[in-house]
Amino acid sequence: MKGMTLIVKTITDFVVAFIVVFGAYIVLYGHLTPGGGFAGGVIIACAFILLMLAHGSDAAFAILPAKVAHILDSAGALAFLIIGWIGMTGGFFFLNVFGRGEMFRLLSSGMILPLNIAIAFKVGSSLFLVFAALAMFRRRSFRAMIEEELS
Amino acid sequence: MENIAPQLYTLLVFMVIGSIVAVETKNLLSAVISVSAVGFALSVAFLLMGAPDIAITQLVVEVLVLIILIRGTILLDNTAVETHTDTLAVVASLVFFGLLLGFGAMIFGSRGFPEFGEPLMRVSRVYVQTGLPATYAANIVTSIILDFRAYDTLGEASVLFASVLGALALLRKDGKVKREEEAAA
Repeated sequence: MKGMTLIVKTITDFVVAFIVVFGAYIVLYGHLTPGGGFAGGVIIACAFILLMLAHGSDAAFAILPAKVAHILDSAGALAFLIIGWIGMTGGFFFLNVFGRGEMFRLLSSGMILPLNIAIAFKVGSSLFLVFAALAMFRRRSFRAMIEEELS
Repeated sequence: MENIAPQLYTLLVFMVIGSIVAVETKNLLSAVISVSAVGFALSVAFLLMGAPDIAITQLVVEVLVLIILIRGTILLDNTAVETHTDTLAVVASLVFFGLLLGFGAMIFGSRGFPEFGEPLMRVSRVYVQTGLPATYAANIVTSIILDFRAYDTLGEASVLFASVLGALALLRKDGKVKREEEAAA
């Protein structure tokens, strides 16, 4: 059986969706309440890592393949830069040229919300990739060890 | 702001003890758990000092690092880490500790430590005073890291990007040279 026991798998199936929603909340409300792109991105990455630990890496890669995570990682960094360059239309790099909206509303504070989302994609997918790379590395070295013992 | 000094000192003592345990213990898993205990105590300290943003980030990163480190160490059996006392290292660390205390006494001895949050520098005063009207972001930390100092955050994102590239390059399945050799063979 891949992954951990049935108890862990069942609880994981219950909890993962809530963790992702909480991470999204932390990201989207980063400019109003404590939190932000980095913390929320790490929380979302933690949800996928929990999935990977409980069900094995194939289950996590079925939802978020490594190739997609690569693309999201690069896209987040690129989106951050592009939002910075949009500020050049006002004269300066990272100038807040978007409408500031109404205070204390979700759609306010101009470029801060898109920047938070970009950072969340970047941080979340890159930490997931680091964990996946470490897991793959460990499995491979484990296999090499067994092959050494057999030969 | 109520007096939080007793709680902070308790946490500080706990963190110092945890660090010493992490350095001195023979068992790798115990060392990892001690380091994480120090990190969680640091998160609580941030929360006590009124910095929930940093507390959340510290907590979440600590959880992730704990998972990664435990996964990395749980299958390793080298629990008995070889220890050897180096006289030069002990002398050097004592000298540096003495220098630290001496400089600290020189700088803070006569005047005492400045008050918490004092003096407020010019730049941070501008951030605090114009944060809300200039950006309309109710969370002032976000308004600073993503508006006033977005350059810093760009650098941080680049560092993360480079670290992921490095990790994937070091841990990839097989190198290009090996694949070319296999193709040639």
